Amino acid sequence: MQITLNDYLFVAGTLFAIGLFGVLMRRNLLIIYMSLEMMLQAANLTFVAFSRFNNHMEGQVFVFFVITVAAAEVAVGLALIVALYRLKQTTTVQDLTKLKF
Amino acid sequence: MQALFFWLFSIGMIICALAVVFNRNAVASALCFTFSICFMAGLFVMLSAFFLAAVQILVTAGAVMVLFLFIIMLLDLSAMEHAPRHWIWMACSGILAIAFLALIAKTLATLPPMAEPPATYQSQAQVSAFGKTVDENISQSQIDKRDDTHRIGRMLFATKPAPGETWESFTSYVAPFEITSLLILVATIGIIVLCKQDERPRPQYREEISREAPPVREDREAALKT
Repeated sequence: MQITLNDYLFVAGTLFAIGLFGVLMRRNLLIIYMSLEMMLQAANLTFVAFSRFNNHMEGQVFVFFVITVAAAEVAVGLALIVALYRLKQTTTVQDLTKLKF
Repeated sequence: MQALFFWLFSIGMIICALAVVFNRNAVASALCFTFSICFMAGLFVMLSAFFLAAVQILVTAGAVMVLFLFIIMLLDLSAMEHAPRHWIWMACSGILAIAFLALIAKTLATLPPMAEPPATYQSQAQVSAFGKTVDENISQSQIDKRDDTHRIGRMLFATKPAPGETWESFTSYVAPFEITSLLILVATIGIIVLCKQDERPRPQYREEISREAPPVREDREAALKT
């Protein structure tokens, strides 16, 4: 059985859907953040698949940048979560209603 | 053989991803996410993106997940493990995610299947037959025969087109690379500002400590006498 581009795209789409599900369902900020990271990784997989099947390296260079920016983003986000925990002693999204209208 | 490994890696990745979402223990979630990333690195290897597979394991499964685990263990999350599930909310988000997946599957079904093109890179013996591995003056067709690490490095750092290539088709990512370093600098400064404690007057250590608690030595001596 030949593996086609569509198979890779479907797997990446499944990963993205699971990440979306996690972001919507979970109430722990850290798990939500992990699911966001998962959605980012699904995008990376599509980039690499397209890069391979079109025989063009630009997709892989983009993934390189995405990984770098994601690492910086995780560091900033976790610092925010720690600052929030210091202030409120919680990481549940339901307890963070300060900005609620 | 290829199909076997593809399904092995992708099913492993998806099961680990589901475990991340459904696990109640945050540490177990983080470990499942690490496994998921490792399976994805396997998929990258199958797509002959060897450099990115290594970077994925080193940066995402290594550095980022260690940071996650560190923060999870720093914050006490054990109270959340016994929080009740909201089944209605869960069903709603599940329906939304499945609808999204169905949309993707429906779109993919309309596309013609695209088979994998043959690998352009040559074996190590053939590459070393070129002579020097780092050469400024090799032509574009020769670059295309190199492995992915060489080609990514060429795209990131080359400052002039290869011989036989025009300036119009030449793309270099030197400037984005440098801007990324600026971004990391900004992120570092931002983290320091975020995590800085508010300025309380620092206690005058010697006086306050001696006022609050008696010196330990007297305690010990009293304990030894009795």
